[in-house]
Amino acid sequence: MKRRQFNKLLTGVAAGIGLSTALMSGQAMAADDPLKVGFVYVGPIGDHGWSYQHDQGRLALEEHFGDKVETTYVENVPEGADAERVIRNLAQSGHKLIFTTSFGFMNATVKVAKRYPDVKFEHATGYKLADNLGTYISKTYEGRYVAGYVASQMTKSNKIGYIASFPIPEVIRDINSVQMALNKYNPDAELKIIWVNSWFDPGKEADAANAMMDQGVDVILQHTDSPAAMQAAERRGKYAVGQASDMSSFGPNAHLLSVVDEWGPHYIAQAQKVMDGTWESHAMVEGMTEGAIVIPSFADSIPADVKAEAERLVAGIQDGSIHPFAGPVVNQAGEVMVPEGEVLSWEELEKMNWYIQGIDAELPK
Amino acid sequence: MDIDLISNILYAMVRTGTPLLLIALGELVCEKSGVLNLGQEGMVLMGAVAGFVAALLTGSLMLGFLLAIAAGIAMSLLFGFIALGLNANQVATGLALTIFGTGLSAFIGSDFVGKPITGLEPFALPLLSEIPLLGKMLFSQDMIVYLSFFLFAAVYWFFRSSRPGLIVKAVGENPHAANAIGLPVIRTRYLAVMFGGAMAGLAGGYLSIAYTPLWAENMSAGRGWIALALVVFASWKVERVLLGAWLFGLASILHLVFQGLGFSISSNLLATLPYVATILVLVLLSRNQVRARLLAPMSLGKPFHASS
Repeated sequence: MKRRQFNKLLTGVAAGIGLSTALMSGQAMAADDPLKVGFVYVGPIGDHGWSYQHDQGRLALEEHFGDKVETTYVENVPEGADAERVIRNLAQSGHKLIFTTSFGFMNATVKVAKRYPDVKFEHATGYKLADNLGTYISKTYEGRYVAGYVASQMTKSNKIGYIASFPIPEVIRDINSVQMALNKYNPDAELKIIWVNSWFDPGKEADAANAMMDQGVDVILQHTDSPAAMQAAERRGKYAVGQASDMSSFGPNAHLLSVVDEWGPHYIAQAQKVMDGTWESHAMVEGMTEGAIVIPSFADSIPADVKAEAERLVAGIQDGSIHPFAGPVVNQAGEVMVPEGEVLSWEELEKMNWYIQGIDAELPK
Repeated sequence: MDIDLISNILYAMVRTGTPLLLIALGELVCEKSGVLNLGQEGMVLMGAVAGFVAALLTGSLMLGFLLAIAAGIAMSLLFGFIALGLNANQVATGLALTIFGTGLSAFIGSDFVGKPITGLEPFALPLLSEIPLLGKMLFSQDMIVYLSFFLFAAVYWFFRSSRPGLIVKAVGENPHAANAIGLPVIRTRYLAVMFGGAMAGLAGGYLSIAYTPLWAENMSAGRGWIALALVVFASWKVERVLLGAWLFGLASILHLVFQGLGFSISSNLLATLPYVATILVLVLLSRNQVRARLLAPMSLGKPFHASS
């Protein structure tokens, strides 16, 4: 830990003389040719959100294998030409398994993967595959459905707020998942969506939360990464749902639940496969069943019957008996996209770019 | 839109504009003395992390703000030493300060991510806060917002009718002439730079203790840069800095409020509103180019050698 912190300081200094990124060695030295695993993050590990949660996965990997792995991470890597250089550096310096954890790293990862056939690459949230390049993504919409159900029961004003980042399939899918829950459990509830055009801007997220509460919203969900909205809800005695990491500490009273990404199990499983020589390219989609999406706790403020139903939903999603997008799924124009008895397939969810019926807003183009 | 909503928007406008106002006032004084410090963002982040850590560890918000200010001043002294003491290029030094501050604040703050504090609560002034429409905006804020009103008035008065204000301006316009008549050029510039640092530090503390009471890396999200641009667009006039900061705050809030109200305007278009509105108004105000150029401190960004 000490060394990593020192390295972080060094990065700050190095950045000052013009180096925008630098490699940071996670562990000093380990015994007997450990497997070197590299991680590329788009944000700072201190965002308490997306990148932070990936880094928690990296730490879980270290803890699980101890001396048998050596991890390296590079944070704050811009999505563009620079990413290719960073990934190539990792591949050159003996890393045999490299995770690139943002959508925008896709093309850079593909390029580097071509040049290093004996290195395994895994790209989060992307769709391009190769023999030595796999993808992985988690089904956040499963957690979002449970959150939508709890919100539908906890709202008194029947106005639920949703702070959204960018209109990409991942975000649209999750908004729709919440609306699916509202349609089923409380059709009178209205979902107010505010786009902040940022993944991470605490000030703006708090402003959005406040603007919603001024308009009568009393439960806030978010697809942005800072706990600022949770805090804003706490201050005004409203409810909120945490995103990516457990945000309960920021709103002891406001916090209903958090939908948490657990990357650790995936990282451990893939590292094990590389060690055993059984790793194969895959397009992995993991959710509550695999433990990639977890809801660590439900708040005491949630009534017992609501909590019981929420837990039933979690169990149902885990065993596959409940699907958030179970038909009939109807779009805003009233067209039936999936008839009763079927579910929306992952192929369709993967590129979802339309709102379902019940959302009273236009999708930003 | 009912009156409650409008008064809420005005309230949020001032809150959102406050960090910009604080940073911009500091930078204004700094630039008036002829020093261009592009290190605002770094100083804000250092103020934010120092303030947050102090408030968390001691439980005293007051101490948090004091440390935020101290951190801002310390950073500005580093800038001062390199840019004024060693006569280095101010632009390069300022940029380095921003990058350094971003990295150092992340390093210091790494153990404090995800820790909550009880932030500064608003303090409504009795009676005054009951005034319709403007009461909430002006008199239901927290102490730092009130302080920003006071600091605005103080800086305004400083340049309008105080002797030290004239000295700062003289040093910024023509340091050689100022030096010739015995004014302490370097000392004046140091003090102006320190004031800029103190204000940026305070703005950082406001972000991490009052506005969103948490620490997260890079939490200022570019506000230092926006404030820098505000000073230029405000053509170095104190009252326009206030106008610009609040206008930016208003447009940022409207972008969010309109979406909540379900206006069918593209959110991307709305997101550009703060920038467009602020630039438009301030450009219109300073559309006379010759006058605008006269408003800029003549020696802005130029190092001063007493011997030459």
